[in-house]
Amino acid sequence: MRDIGKSFPGVRALDGVSLDLYAGEVHALVGENGAGKSTLMKILAGAQQADRGDILIDGKSVTIASPRSAEQAGVGMIYQEFNLVPTLNAIENIVLGYEPSRGVFIDERAARERATSVFAELGITLPLNVETSRLPVAQQQMIEIAKVLSRNARIIVMDEPSAALTDREIDRLFAIIARLKAKGAGIIYISHRLEELPRIADRVTVMRDGRVIETRPLAQFPAEDIVRAMVGRRLEAHFPDLLPVAPDAPVVLAVQNLSRPPAVNGVSFEVRRGEILGLAGLIGAGRTEIVRAIAGADVPVSGEVRIDGARVRARNPREGIAAGIAFITEDRKGQGLVLGMTVRENVTLAHLAQFVNRDLLVNRAKEEEITERYIDELRIRTPSPEQTVRNLSGGNQQKVVLAKWLLGNAKVFLFDEPTRGIDVGAKSEIYNLMVKLAQNGAAIVMVSSELPEVLGMSHRILAIRGGRIVREFSRAQATPDAVMAAAAGAAA
Amino acid sequence: MEEAQVQAELAQTLKDDKARQTRAYWIRVAGAVALLVAIAILVNIASSGEFLRAGNIIHVLRQITYGCILAVGETFVIITAGIDLSIGSLVSLSGVVMALFANAMGFGGVPLIIATLCVGLALGAAAGFVNAVPVVKLNLPPFITTLAMMLIAEGLSFKLSHGSPIPLAKSDFQNTGIGFFFGPVSIGHMTLPGIPNPVIWMLVILVGTSILLTRTKFGRYVFALGGNEEAARLAGVSVSRVKTMVYVISGMCAATAGFLYMALFGSGSPNIGVSGDEMLEAIAAVVVGGTSLMGGRGTIVGTFFGALLIGMLYNVMNLIGIESYTQKIVLGAVILLAVVIDELRKRYLRKA
Repeated sequence: MRDIGKSFPGVRALDGVSLDLYAGEVHALVGENGAGKSTLMKILAGAQQADRGDILIDGKSVTIASPRSAEQAGVGMIYQEFNLVPTLNAIENIVLGYEPSRGVFIDERAARERATSVFAELGITLPLNVETSRLPVAQQQMIEIAKVLSRNARIIVMDEPSAALTDREIDRLFAIIARLKAKGAGIIYISHRLEELPRIADRVTVMRDGRVIETRPLAQFPAEDIVRAMVGRRLEAHFPDLLPVAPDAPVVLAVQNLSRPPAVNGVSFEVRRGEILGLAGLIGAGRTEIVRAIAGADVPVSGEVRIDGARVRARNPREGIAAGIAFITEDRKGQGLVLGMTVRENVTLAHLAQFVNRDLLVNRAKEEEITERYIDELRIRTPSPEQTVRNLSGGNQQKVVLAKWLLGNAKVFLFDEPTRGIDVGAKSEIYNLMVKLAQNGAAIVMVSSELPEVLGMSHRILAIRGGRIVREFSRAQATPDAVMAAAAGAAA
Repeated sequence: MEEAQVQAELAQTLKDDKARQTRAYWIRVAGAVALLVAIAILVNIASSGEFLRAGNIIHVLRQITYGCILAVGETFVIITAGIDLSIGSLVSLSGVVMALFANAMGFGGVPLIIATLCVGLALGAAAGFVNAVPVVKLNLPPFITTLAMMLIAEGLSFKLSHGSPIPLAKSDFQNTGIGFFFGPVSIGHMTLPGIPNPVIWMLVILVGTSILLTRTKFGRYVFALGGNEEAARLAGVSVSRVKTMVYVISGMCAATAGFLYMALFGSGSPNIGVSGDEMLEAIAAVVVGGTSLMGGRGTIVGTFFGALLIGMLYNVMNLIGIESYTQKIVLGAVILLAVVIDELRKRYLRKA
């Protein structure tokens, strides 16, 4: 791939990226979330088109305009969220779109033979005649690999293939990758787990901010260098000063041995009055699941949550809210807002009971008054409280979400990716607001994939991996390299 | 592992799966049949022997023919996670148009029957195509496009017929509508009832569409796109073509039902199908028959049994003298019960 460029509205996702892959090689592609790895691979697989640049296969320039043409060029992509039809079985999925036929009828025997011969080549057995939705994730992934192989792919892209697998399943996956390699396939392996690279990768390319930072053979690319290349040096956003937490400040939120396997496995921590605790980690590390379990969005299997010393058993978000928990979700549009409703309706949604008169009608005047107050206080740029939220910018939408939770006087605020997809100005405002909340006595837990944000906005940082706390950093100890290394599992 | 060994193991798992599934299938069928037989015996006693007379059974089959054909078309649409609300109105419109056409033609006999049927099928196909275009091109919900078609077809039907049935000028369709495939046979003093021609039509359509759905590429793509449209698209399936075809098939099934009704009554009546009852009962038959409204799952055989269950209920209630208002209440309750039981069964299987 030469000089690939791709822009989305407002973002330059890829900026002149070049990458090469040899036959019989496993080329690992690493980088932080949003570095551009997935976009680059989607272009290779024909799911998206590049704005500029060339793709050469065997030295010849090829045009990849669709998933179909990528397949014909010998490129097979295994997406992180698989592309199987859940209601069809393994054989049907493998031959989908390429069914062998006799006349108008599908030749079931030939289909079966094709599928079994690919599985034989891979050396794996699994139930062939069961709806794939009923198979474990690892087997679904094997079907994806078989599907790609049955289409004679010589370039195989795997996007975080090990993310959802157990250790034993990963061993099997690596054995299969070794087989593919031996047969001369070139494999691009996207991963967040640096510790697995030495086991499979021949070369490693690090991407950051839509560019390739460095490509080196694995042997000459020690883990510290990879981490450094991933994190880089970047423009620090301006973070407000944090007030120190008084050492004798009371514990507001106490989480003891919280578990909800497989994503959350025995997490314990405390947050004091006025403290901001950052949860750092990679996608899939279980950070979101931890805060969801605290908020009652998911019900923990075991462990306990206490607020001001009192046990909280939130079986659903409503009970979490009642216990004084405000949960600002990562998916603003999907989970935080009702996009088709107005600013006013969104702000009062979670605490509508406060606005109900004795006659059981909603007191609209009071709603408007309170909403106006938050619009002023948070500087939400909207023509009126009656504006539909869909029409606001991302930053202002996020402020509406915040207003909604400020209304409830919660004691604990759980922020999941509070500044994702919003501009720098709005970011600072949200940071200021978080600091103010802390000063007013709230306990805050913040999940963020932006390392500078975690470092700049937290009194303490927990590195999360595999649903566990792998290391705790004080503000003074936390350096980007150390936190990233802990989160990625590198022994740095 | 050696390749040959893996091959052998795969073949074994396949055989085991197959055996398990066949067993599960037959257990299910046996359960359904046992239930039906039990009900039939009870009902037979309640109706003092009326229900299980051969004549009555044939009567039930004849009663469900039209609704069953509609439900077959609807099955295709629902497997893609769509819905077609226009089928009832299309029965009405196609009946009227075919009657007008047949009366205007100067020839008769088999050529007239075939030509008339073709006109009806073309009309149904065209309506299905119109239903599908906004769904495919603009991603509009089929609920609304077929609702629009339902109103348009109903209006057209009443305009063309001026609101009253159009009697067929010729008697060529009589045999199709009310004739028998092989007539009533008398053996001694016992008379076996004949099989009505429309029932034969229904059986042929059931077999044909069932093969289409389970044995052809097209059928596979119908399931694939109902199960995961994006995966089907990425696999190179022409999603828009398959989607269009299911609405065309649904329209053609509606036209076939319209044709058989016209032949039965000797007239093209605008009043048949427009109340919405036929459409809703067809959807009920599909869902009771185990087809998922979420798409991706369903069978024609199931749809037939769904239609049969509903037809039997009506028949039984008539035999034991339940008046029509109560009939609706019972029917609604039975439909709800059927889908609830089916969902519980699936949950149980998933856990096991």
